[in-house]
Amino acid sequence: MRAGLAARPSRGAGTPPPRTAAARRRVLGLDKDGWFLLLPALVPILVLSVGPLLYGLSLAFTNAQSGAVHGTSLTGLENFANLRLDSLFWESFKIGLIWAVSVTALQFLMSLGLALLLNQNLRMRWLARTLALVPWAMPEVVIGIMWRLVYNSDAGILNSTLRHLHLISTNIDWLSDLSLALPAVIVVGVWAGMPQTTVVLLAGLQNVPLELHEAAAIDGAGTWRRFMTVTWPTLKPVVFSITALNFIWNFNSFGLVYVLTNGGPGGATRLPMLFAYDEAFRYGQFGYAAAMGFVMIAVIAVLLTVFLRNRLKEDDQ
Amino acid sequence: MSTALPPRPARRRSAKRAAGRTGQYLALVCYLVFLGFPLLWLLSTAFKSPQELGSVDPTWLPVHPTLENFRSALDQQPLVRSALNSLIVASVAAVVSVTVAVPAAYVMVRFRSMVTKVGTGWILVSQMFPFVLIIIPLFLVLKNVHLIDSLPGLIIVYVVWNLPFALWMLQGYVKAVPASLEEAAAMDGASRLRALRSVVLPLLMPGLVATLMFSFVTAWNEFFFALVLLKSPEKQTMSVILTHFLGAEGAADLGPLAAASVLATVPSLLFFAFLQRRLVGGMMSGAVKG
Repeated sequence: MRAGLAARPSRGAGTPPPRTAAARRRVLGLDKDGWFLLLPALVPILVLSVGPLLYGLSLAFTNAQSGAVHGTSLTGLENFANLRLDSLFWESFKIGLIWAVSVTALQFLMSLGLALLLNQNLRMRWLARTLALVPWAMPEVVIGIMWRLVYNSDAGILNSTLRHLHLISTNIDWLSDLSLALPAVIVVGVWAGMPQTTVVLLAGLQNVPLELHEAAAIDGAGTWRRFMTVTWPTLKPVVFSITALNFIWNFNSFGLVYVLTNGGPGGATRLPMLFAYDEAFRYGQFGYAAAMGFVMIAVIAVLLTVFLRNRLKEDDQ
Repeated sequence: MSTALPPRPARRRSAKRAAGRTGQYLALVCYLVFLGFPLLWLLSTAFKSPQELGSVDPTWLPVHPTLENFRSALDQQPLVRSALNSLIVASVAAVVSVTVAVPAAYVMVRFRSMVTKVGTGWILVSQMFPFVLIIIPLFLVLKNVHLIDSLPGLIIVYVVWNLPFALWMLQGYVKAVPASLEEAAAMDGASRLRALRSVVLPLLMPGLVATLMFSFVTAWNEFFFALVLLKSPEKQTMSVILTHFLGAEGAADLGPLAAASVLATVPSLLFFAFLQRRLVGGMMSGAVKG
C-alpha cells in the first residue's frame, strides 16, 4: 500500500479518471493501484476455481470412475448420449426447475414484505429483527431436521394443530406423500432462504434517501407512488442481484432436501444435485456425474445470459 | 401474507393511519409465527421426556422438561469436537475471503475495464456451478496432495467458494458509496488507496460486516463439500455429524436428534448475535444520519 502511495501521491480517485500520463499507462483499463487491489482475489479464483471447473468439464468426456482398475480414457460424447436417454435425470431436472422457481419467487415476495415492515418504526421491531434472523444462523441440516420434526406424521406439530382445528381427521405423512412432498419441501426452502434475502433487502432499504421520501410525501405522493418512484429505483440493483443468485443457489441446492427426504418418495423431490451426488459418490461414476453438471451449467447459462446482459448494460450507464 | 408499504403521509386522517398500523402489526405477527413455529417445536422436542415424545397427542411445551436428550446426544456422537471443527473452518474461511474481496470489489465498481467486466461475468458464472462439477475435480486434486479428510483442505475449498459471493455482495455496497466523496478527497490531495482506506472503507463497514457474516454462516452451514471431503468422524463438521443421528429410513430417535440440533445451532447463534449488533449499529447510524 505504501508503495502505491509513494508512486503517485496526489492522483485523483473519482470516476471518470483524468487523462494524465499515468492514466495512459493502464493495462487492460486498470492502473497499477487497480491491479494491486484486484490480484489477491483474482489469483485464487483463477487457480482454484477456473482450473477445477475446466478439469471438471473435461471429465465429462471421459469414463472417469472412483477406484477404476484400468484408469480413465476419453469416451467423447458417450456420457451425453447416455444422459439424453436417461429419463430419470430429466425428471429430476424438471423437479429442480419447479423447486427453484417457486422457492425464489416466494422468497423474494415474502422477504420484501418483511424488510419493509422491519424498516418501519414499529414497536418490538428489535425483537422482530432478531427473531427473523435466527433461521439464518442455523445450519441447513438443522433446518431439515427441524422440519422433519414438524412434518412428522405421528409426533409432528403440524398434524396435531390441523387436527385440533378440525381441518384434517387423519394424520398426513407430508414427506412420504407423492404429491405433497415437493410442496412441503418448497415451504422449507422458502423458510430457510428468507432471512438472508430479508437482510440484503433491508440493507438496500437503508440506502433509500429519506429526504426524497419526505419530499415526495409533501408533494402528495401516496404510499404506492412513493414506493415506486423513490424506494424501488434504489432497491432495484440489490433486488436483481439477490434474485438471480437465489435462483441459482436454489437450483443447485442439496443439503436441505438430502436431510428432509433424500430425494424421495419415489424420486418426487430428487433435485438434480441429489441425482448427480449419488451417481458420483455412491456409484463412483465421476465422468457421468460431470456430464450432468455440464448439462446443468449449460441450461442455466442460457437462462441467465439475459440477466447478465442486463446487468452489464446497467453497469455501462 | 401481504406486502407492507411505508406508512401513510401525516396529512392523512389518523383513523386511516391507525388502520395501516394495525395491518402492519398483523403482518409482523404472521411473519413471526411462520418463522418461530418450527423453532419453538424444535426446542420443545429437545426437552421432552421419552413418554411425552411417544404420546399420540403431542403438546406444544414439554410437561416434564428434561435434559436427558442432551446427555444421550453427547454420548452418541462427538458433538463438541465437530463444533470446534466447524468454528475453525468457518471463521478462517470468512476472514480470508472477505479480506481479499474488499479491495477487489472496489476495483470492480470504480474501474471501467475489460478485466472488471469479465470479472463481473465470472462471478455470476461461478455461482452457477453445480457443486458436483467442481467437487469431483477438487476431490481428485485434494486426494493427490493428501488434503482429503483434512480441515485445511476444506478451508481452501470454502475460501474459493465464498469469494465470488463476497465480491458480489460488496460490489452492491461499494456502489452505494457516492464517487463524489472520493473526488472530494482527491481534491484534498488523497491518493486512490488513501481515499479507499479513509473515505470508502468506513462507509462500507455495515456492508463489510454483513458480508463477513454471510461468509461465516454459509461456511458454517455448508454441508455438501464437508460431506464429500471429510470421512473420519473426528474431522467432520457439525452438519455432517448431525446426519448420523438420522439413521436409516426415518428410524430417528427424535429426542436426541432435536437436542443435538439445538446444540449445533448455539455456537453459530452466539457468533451471530455478537456480529449482529455491529451490523444493526451500522444500519442505525445510517438511518439517524438520514
